[in-house]
Amino acid sequence: MDIILKGGHVVDPANNVDSEADVLIKGDKIAQVGKNIKANGAKTIDCKGKLVFPGLIDMHTHLRQPGREDEETILTGSRAALKGGFTSVLCMANTNPAIDNKGVVEYIHAEASRAGLINVYTAAAVTKGLEGKELTEIGQIAEAGAKALSDDGKPVMNAEILRRALEYAKMSGLPIISHCEDINLSGNGVMNEGFVSTKLGLKGIPRASETVMVMRDMELAGLTGGKLHIAHLSAKESVEAVREAKKRGIKVTCETCPHYFTLTEEAVLGFNTKAKVNPPLKTKEDIAAVKKGLSDGTIDAIATDHAPHSAEEKDLEFDFAASGMIGLEFALSLANTELVKNKVLDWSGLAMKMSVNPSKILGLTGKGSLAAGSDADVTVFDPSAEWVVDEKRIESKSKNTPLAGRKMGGAVLITIVGGKIKYENGRFD
Amino acid sequence: MAVKWTKKDLLGLETLSADEIGLILETADSFKEISQRPIKKVPTLRGQTVVLFFFEPSTRTRTSFELAAKRMSADMVNIQTNASSLTKGETLKDTAKNIEAMKVNIIIMRHSCSGAPQLLAESVSPSIINAGDGSHEHPTQGLLDIFTIKEHKKKIAGLNVSIIGDIAHSRVARSNIWGLTKMGAKVTVCGPATLMPPEIEKLGVKVTYDIKEAIEGADVINMLRIQLERQGQSLFPSIREYAMKFGLDAEKMKYAKKDVLIMHPGPINRGVEITPEVADGPYSVILEQVTNGIAVRMAVLYLVSGVKERIE
Repeated sequence: MDIILKGGHVVDPANNVDSEADVLIKGDKIAQVGKNIKANGAKTIDCKGKLVFPGLIDMHTHLRQPGREDEETILTGSRAALKGGFTSVLCMANTNPAIDNKGVVEYIHAEASRAGLINVYTAAAVTKGLEGKELTEIGQIAEAGAKALSDDGKPVMNAEILRRALEYAKMSGLPIISHCEDINLSGNGVMNEGFVSTKLGLKGIPRASETVMVMRDMELAGLTGGKLHIAHLSAKESVEAVREAKKRGIKVTCETCPHYFTLTEEAVLGFNTKAKVNPPLKTKEDIAAVKKGLSDGTIDAIATDHAPHSAEEKDLEFDFAASGMIGLEFALSLANTELVKNKVLDWSGLAMKMSVNPSKILGLTGKGSLAAGSDADVTVFDPSAEWVVDEKRIESKSKNTPLAGRKMGGAVLITIVGGKIKYENGRFD
Repeated sequence: MAVKWTKKDLLGLETLSADEIGLILETADSFKEISQRPIKKVPTLRGQTVVLFFFEPSTRTRTSFELAAKRMSADMVNIQTNASSLTKGETLKDTAKNIEAMKVNIIIMRHSCSGAPQLLAESVSPSIINAGDGSHEHPTQGLLDIFTIKEHKKKIAGLNVSIIGDIAHSRVARSNIWGLTKMGAKVTVCGPATLMPPEIEKLGVKVTYDIKEAIEGADVINMLRIQLERQGQSLFPSIREYAMKFGLDAEKMKYAKKDVLIMHPGPINRGVEITPEVADGPYSVILEQVTNGIAVRMAVLYLVSGVKERIE
């Protein structure tokens, strides 16, 4: 059935639209965006006072399948994505077995179509088993439809191997998404190194652990002309380094995550393992730098780094607890509260970071745009709705978030994927 | 003293007020005499069960707590294991829940992970006493150090106390800093730059890498144990250089005040952080610290057990 979204504030920066308009969906494609479109029998949804975005794309999601289906599956992760307004996700390769060959890439795609809720794209590993030693069969992986390469969770510590990966991946056009961390500097650190780590007596990870690798990887991108995307940028110095590299003309893009513009290391006080994440939460100055990077275009994308972990993996001594937090269901609300309300980004700017740019970086076709003929992936968001994060109402199979009890500004009302309403007011289809 | 003890647990000195620390010291003062009696036993904790739950090897602290509990007639159980009990498939919380189910009153815990006692305190009902957690806190050591200083100097406020050694990895340093600064002492920390935690000055202490500066004018010098395996972590080049730069010897003692107190939480690496002539010398109160440890731990057990409220 055709759908018409009536009278919403359409935010479609790919087509310079940022005003009240109707969106007509025919079949699985966008048919038209404009004023006073006639319904002609299409299901009419009143969107007055709501925002209508091209479907959000999370280019950094851990779906845990295969291997840790107790924490998340492609199905449960898809539901969490829909609730958060994401119509597409890029799932990371650190599953068990790892997504490091054509067969596992095809398995992910098969499971995703079985779940049938959202577009699941895969990032396959750069190196076999994410061990940083031998390149995966990048050519075959690309043919199987992977959209990026990443050993995320771990850095490729050997610069020579990353150099060759950047070169080799040029043939397929896949970007390499780099988890920037010098594991020697990080050592067995568990949180940001600073006053809070000193107070708690926890081993710190120095901020330079991220930045030295950001700089190294960008030099390798410059050397090879390869396509480099830096994952989960968190430190002020890293943002500055990317800004300088872009000025020098190096081909690099990067993302940050909502927790890096929302939370500081203080969230760890009381040994709160839910705030344990890698890279670790930093300081107010870092939040300011991340916001500046978002507003001046240094940071291209906002991704969630949705990292589900079971209670058993979190309810431990801080040193032993797993790193990571879930993010799909909170990202847009946090971006609304922290970025739009604080005038860091306008709605178009936000749509760039959460839809247009991820689509471009991953080379997706028909995504990140509401132009006629694009895939009918649409997110309808009510910026004035308010809700409180309640663990019992989290869709993700895992509940590991430090945000429980936090008041959220704005809620996703409708998520449309391929012309079908997959999520509407708390109900999934 | 007007202040009343209200805390279920003793996790650290960070969360105590100066009055609460004062109450513990005062209580310890009255318990100290018990250990000097021929029959070293009072019925104060009769019928209470105390579990020593040690995930890290310890002789001094464990024995001290054990004697403190026994001299107060508590029933004692000793569990000695290591932090990797996780590999056996049971989490710390589950182990603690099992101990709780056996209806114990107090769990005294040592663990190599910072924050482990807090995790326990949040999950089970018995009182938790932290007997040292990772690099975080060792509150009873801090208290017995302050108690010992007060016995000799009759006050804490205004004293210059220098803590010298591996500050970064030291729970003793942190508990001393919290306790001493709350009580009005001026604390200096001294050690190699690699063993100095970042932004420690924000805790209200002076930082120096020059041991002479730390010794001069100090009323108290607290020498920390250096863990010899740190050498392999490129935190200092050699034990020899460490001893020369940061070890307290007779030569460096020339800069010290004539009435300085030399302390050490033990166990001592003789000839590394402190030479035998200083450790055994006239300024040393190292063994008095050990004696006072029992009194302080009796006081903590007494206050935490809530016995006081019941008697009054």
